[in-house]
Amino acid sequence: MLSCKQATELMSQEQDRRLGLTERIGLRLHVLICDACSNYRRQMAFLRQACRRFGSGGAP
Amino acid sequence: MEPDRHSELNALRPDLLRFARLQLRDAGAAEDAVQETLLAALAGGKNFEQRSAYKTWLISILRNKIIDIIRSQGREAPLSTLADNDEAEEAMIDALFETDGHWRAEMRPARWADPEASLEQQQFWRVFEACLDHLPEKTARVFMMREVLGLETEEICKETGISTSNCWVVLHRARLALRACLQQGWFAGAEA
Repeated sequence: MLSCKQATELMSQEQDRRLGLTERIGLRLHVLICDACSNYRRQMAFLRQACRRFGSGGAP
Repeated sequence: MEPDRHSELNALRPDLLRFARLQLRDAGAAEDAVQETLLAALAGGKNFEQRSAYKTWLISILRNKIIDIIRSQGREAPLSTLADNDEAEEAMIDALFETDGHWRAEMRPARWADPEASLEQQQFWRVFEACLDHLPEKTARVFMMREVLGLETEEICKETGISTSNCWVVLHRARLALRACLQQGWFAGAEA
Protein backbone atom coordinates (compact mmCIF):
# COMPACT_ATOMS: atom_id res chain seq x y z
CA MET A 1 0.00 0.00 0.00
CA LEU A 2 1.32 3.43 -0.95
CA SER A 3 1.91 6.03 1.73
CA CYS A 4 0.56 9.57 1.17
CA LYS A 5 4.09 10.77 0.60
CA GLN A 6 4.62 8.18 -2.16
CA ALA A 7 1.20 8.94 -3.58
CA THR A 8 2.05 12.65 -3.90
CA GLU A 9 5.23 11.70 -5.80
CA LEU A 10 3.16 9.69 -8.28
CA MET A 11 0.55 12.45 -8.51
CA SER A 12 3.33 14.80 -9.55
CA GLN A 13 4.92 12.36 -11.98
CA GLU A 14 1.62 11.55 -13.66
CA GLN A 15 1.77 15.14 -14.95
CA ASP A 16 5.16 14.50 -16.55
CA ARG A 17 5.19 10.88 -17.71
CA ARG A 18 2.85 7.95 -18.27
CA LEU A 19 2.73 5.89 -15.09
CA GLY A 20 3.16 2.13 -15.26
CA LEU A 21 0.18 -0.16 -14.68
CA THR A 22 1.16 -1.05 -11.09
CA GLU A 23 1.68 2.61 -10.28
CA ARG A 24 -1.68 3.57 -11.75
CA ILE A 25 -3.53 0.85 -9.83
CA GLY A 26 -1.72 1.65 -6.59
CA LEU A 27 -2.51 5.33 -6.94
CA ARG A 28 -6.15 4.72 -7.83
CA LEU A 29 -6.62 2.53 -4.73
CA HIS A 30 -4.88 5.05 -2.50
CA VAL A 31 -6.93 7.99 -3.73
CA LEU A 32 -10.15 6.01 -3.29
CA ILE A 33 -9.61 5.66 0.42
CA CYS A 34 -7.66 8.86 1.16
CA ASP A 35 -9.60 12.14 1.08
CA ALA A 36 -6.50 14.24 1.62
CA CYS A 37 -4.73 12.76 -1.41
CA SER A 38 -7.89 12.92 -3.45
CA ASN A 39 -8.03 16.66 -2.70
CA TYR A 40 -4.35 16.93 -3.47
CA ARG A 41 -4.87 15.37 -6.87
CA ARG A 42 -7.60 17.85 -7.80
CA GLN A 43 -5.34 20.63 -6.60
CA MET A 44 -2.52 19.40 -8.85
CA ALA A 45 -4.89 19.59 -11.83
CA PHE A 46 -5.85 23.10 -10.74
CA LEU A 47 -2.18 24.12 -10.46
CA ARG A 48 -1.62 23.03 -14.02
CA GLN A 49 -4.68 24.93 -15.17
CA ALA A 50 -3.52 28.08 -13.35
CA CYS A 51 0.02 27.83 -14.76
CA ARG A 52 -1.23 27.37 -18.31
CA ARG A 53 -3.48 30.35 -17.93
CA PHE A 54 -0.65 32.41 -16.48
CA GLY A 55 1.66 31.32 -19.31
CA SER A 56 -0.79 32.32 -22.00
CA GLY A 57 -1.29 35.79 -20.57
CA GLY A 58 -4.84 35.03 -19.50
CA ALA A 59 -4.44 36.19 -15.90
CA PRO A 60 -6.52 39.33 -15.28
CA MET B 1 -9.56 54.59 -35.02
CA GLU B 2 -6.00 53.42 -34.59
CA PRO B 3 -5.25 53.04 -30.88
CA ASP B 4 -1.98 54.46 -29.71
CA ARG B 5 0.30 51.43 -29.82
CA HIS B 6 3.14 53.04 -27.92
CA SER B 7 1.05 53.96 -24.93
CA GLU B 8 -0.62 50.54 -24.96
CA LEU B 9 2.80 48.89 -24.93
CA ASN B 10 3.99 51.14 -22.13
CA ALA B 11 0.97 50.27 -20.06
CA LEU B 12 1.58 46.53 -20.50
CA ARG B 13 5.34 46.69 -20.05
CA PRO B 14 5.36 46.19 -16.25
CA ASP B 15 3.26 43.03 -16.64
CA LEU B 16 5.64 41.67 -19.27
CA LEU B 17 8.67 42.50 -17.19
CA ARG B 18 7.24 40.80 -14.11
CA PHE B 19 6.42 37.73 -16.20
CA ALA B 20 9.97 37.54 -17.61
CA ARG B 21 11.66 38.22 -14.27
CA LEU B 22 9.76 35.45 -12.53
CA GLN B 23 11.00 32.95 -15.06
CA LEU B 24 14.52 34.14 -15.77
CA ARG B 25 15.36 35.35 -12.24
CA ASP B 26 17.73 37.81 -13.86
CA ALA B 27 16.72 41.45 -14.24
CA GLY B 28 19.05 42.09 -17.19
CA ALA B 29 17.93 39.03 -19.15
CA ALA B 30 14.29 39.85 -18.39
CA GLU B 31 14.79 43.40 -19.66
CA ASP B 32 16.35 42.03 -22.88
CA ALA B 33 13.47 39.63 -23.43
CA VAL B 34 10.89 42.38 -22.96
CA GLN B 35 12.80 44.82 -25.16
CA GLU B 36 12.95 42.30 -27.99
CA THR B 37 9.27 41.52 -27.52
CA LEU B 38 8.32 45.19 -27.79
CA LEU B 39 10.43 45.60 -30.94
CA ALA B 40 8.84 42.52 -32.49
CA ALA B 41 5.38 43.77 -31.50
CA LEU B 42 5.91 47.18 -33.07
CA ALA B 43 7.29 45.59 -36.23
CA GLY B 44 4.42 43.09 -36.27
CA GLY B 45 1.91 45.94 -36.16
CA LYS B 46 -1.15 43.81 -35.48
CA ASN B 47 -4.39 45.42 -34.42
CA PHE B 48 -6.42 44.21 -31.49
CA GLU B 49 -9.80 45.40 -30.34
CA GLN B 50 -9.13 44.60 -26.72
CA ARG B 51 -6.17 45.10 -24.50
CA SER B 52 -6.51 41.56 -23.12
CA ALA B 53 -6.11 40.07 -26.61
CA TYR B 54 -3.14 42.34 -27.23
CA LYS B 55 -1.55 41.21 -23.97
CA THR B 56 -2.09 37.54 -24.88
CA TRP B 57 -0.32 38.12 -28.18
CA LEU B 58 2.59 39.94 -26.50
CA ILE B 59 2.97 37.19 -23.89
CA SER B 60 3.15 34.58 -26.65
CA ILE B 61 6.03 36.51 -28.25
CA LEU B 62 7.68 36.99 -24.88
CA ARG B 63 7.37 33.29 -24.07
CA ASN B 64 9.38 32.45 -27.18
CA LYS B 65 12.01 35.06 -26.33
CA ILE B 66 12.32 33.57 -22.84
CA ILE B 67 12.76 30.07 -24.30
CA ASP B 68 15.49 31.43 -26.62
CA ILE B 69 17.29 33.00 -23.67
CA ILE B 70 17.00 29.81 -21.60
CA ARG B 71 18.51 27.85 -24.51
CA SER B 72 21.48 30.17 -24.88
CA GLN B 73 21.98 30.32 -21.09
CA GLY B 74 21.87 26.52 -21.05
CA ARG B 75 24.93 26.45 -23.26
CA GLU B 76 26.87 29.01 -21.19
CA ALA B 77 25.82 28.26 -17.62
CA PRO B 78 23.61 25.19 -17.30
CA LEU B 79 21.08 25.16 -14.47
CA SER B 80 22.56 21.89 -13.26
CA THR B 81 25.50 23.92 -11.92
CA LEU B 82 23.18 25.91 -9.64
CA ALA B 83 23.25 24.80 -6.03
CA ASP B 84 20.57 22.39 -4.91
CA ASN B 85 18.48 23.41 -1.99
CA ASP B 86 18.20 19.88 -0.74
CA GLU B 87 18.27 20.52 2.98
CA ALA B 88 15.67 23.26 2.99
CA GLU B 89 13.44 21.30 0.63
CA GLU B 90 13.76 18.08 2.64
CA ALA B 91 12.78 20.08 5.72
CA MET B 92 9.73 21.38 3.85
CA ILE B 93 8.70 17.81 3.01
CA ASP B 94 9.32 16.63 6.58
CA ALA B 95 7.04 19.40 7.79
CA LEU B 96 4.23 17.97 5.64
CA PHE B 97 4.52 14.25 6.35
CA GLU B 98 4.94 11.99 9.38
CA THR B 99 7.92 9.64 9.28
CA ASP B 100 5.59 6.83 8.13
CA GLY B 101 4.62 8.90 5.08
CA HIS B 102 1.14 9.95 6.20
CA TRP B 103 0.13 13.60 6.04
CA ARG B 104 0.62 15.38 9.34
CA ALA B 105 -2.86 16.01 10.73
CA GLU B 106 -2.71 19.82 10.36
CA MET B 107 -1.20 19.56 6.86
CA ARG B 108 -3.78 17.25 5.28
CA PRO B 109 -5.02 18.91 2.08
CA ALA B 110 -8.60 20.10 2.55
CA ARG B 111 -10.92 20.64 -0.37
CA TRP B 112 -10.55 24.03 -2.06
CA ALA B 113 -13.82 25.87 -2.49
CA ASP B 114 -14.44 26.76 -6.14
CA PRO B 115 -10.80 27.26 -7.21
CA GLU B 116 -11.83 28.18 -10.78
CA ALA B 117 -13.52 31.33 -9.47
CA SER B 118 -10.14 32.39 -8.03
CA LEU B 119 -8.68 32.53 -11.54
CA GLU B 120 -10.86 35.57 -12.23
CA GLN B 121 -9.58 37.51 -9.24
CA GLN B 122 -6.56 39.77 -9.57
CA GLN B 123 -5.65 39.29 -5.94
CA PHE B 124 -5.33 35.54 -6.50
CA TRP B 125 -2.74 36.14 -9.20
CA ARG B 126 -0.71 38.41 -6.92
CA VAL B 127 -0.56 35.54 -4.40
CA PHE B 128 0.21 33.06 -7.18
CA GLU B 129 3.14 35.15 -8.42
CA ALA B 130 4.44 35.67 -4.90
CA CYS B 131 4.33 31.90 -4.35
CA LEU B 132 6.26 31.26 -7.59
CA ASP B 133 8.77 33.91 -6.61
CA HIS B 134 9.19 32.25 -3.23
CA LEU B 135 10.43 28.95 -4.74
CA PRO B 136 14.20 28.36 -4.71
CA GLU B 137 15.75 29.48 -8.01
CA LYS B 138 16.57 26.13 -9.55
CA THR B 139 13.22 24.66 -8.53
CA ALA B 140 11.34 27.67 -9.83
CA ARG B 141 13.10 27.72 -13.16
CA VAL B 142 12.58 24.03 -13.86
CA PHE B 143 8.95 24.26 -12.74
CA MET B 144 8.21 27.26 -14.95
CA MET B 145 9.88 25.68 -17.98
CA ARG B 146 7.53 22.76 -17.49
CA GLU B 147 4.28 24.45 -16.49
CA VAL B 148 4.39 28.03 -17.71
CA LEU B 149 6.43 27.59 -20.89
CA GLY B 150 4.99 24.11 -21.48
CA LEU B 151 8.26 22.33 -22.32
CA GLU B 152 8.42 18.53 -22.08
CA THR B 153 10.62 16.99 -19.38
CA GLU B 154 13.05 15.64 -21.99
CA GLU B 155 13.67 19.08 -23.38
CA ILE B 156 14.12 20.55 -19.91
CA CYS B 157 16.78 17.89 -19.20
CA LYS B 158 18.53 18.78 -22.43
CA GLU B 159 18.51 22.53 -21.76
CA THR B 160 19.48 22.31 -18.10
CA GLY B 161 21.77 19.30 -17.92
CA ILE B 162 19.61 17.83 -15.13
CA SER B 163 18.79 14.10 -15.26
CA THR B 164 15.20 13.00 -15.89
CA SER B 165 14.76 11.50 -12.44
CA ASN B 166 16.17 14.61 -10.80
CA CYS B 167 13.82 16.68 -12.90
CA TRP B 168 10.85 14.71 -11.51
CA VAL B 169 12.08 15.25 -7.97
CA VAL B 170 12.45 18.99 -8.56
CA LEU B 171 8.99 19.27 -10.14
CA HIS B 172 7.42 17.31 -7.28
CA ARG B 173 8.98 19.59 -4.68
CA ALA B 174 7.85 22.64 -6.61
CA ARG B 175 4.26 21.39 -6.70
CA LEU B 176 4.24 20.51 -2.99
CA ALA B 177 5.61 23.92 -2.10
CA LEU B 178 3.35 25.84 -4.45
CA ARG B 179 0.24 24.02 -3.25
CA ALA B 180 1.18 24.67 0.37
CA CYS B 181 1.84 28.34 -0.38
CA LEU B 182 -1.51 28.80 -2.16
CA GLN B 183 -3.24 26.99 0.70
CA GLN B 184 -1.69 29.30 3.23
CA GLY B 185 -1.80 32.51 1.24
CA TRP B 186 -5.16 32.16 -0.42
CA PHE B 187 -7.41 29.16 0.10
CA ALA B 188 -7.12 28.98 3.91
CA GLY B 189 -8.81 32.36 4.07
CA ALA B 190 -11.36 31.50 1.40
CA GLU B 191 -12.74 28.38 3.08
CA ALA B 192 -16.31 28.64 4.24
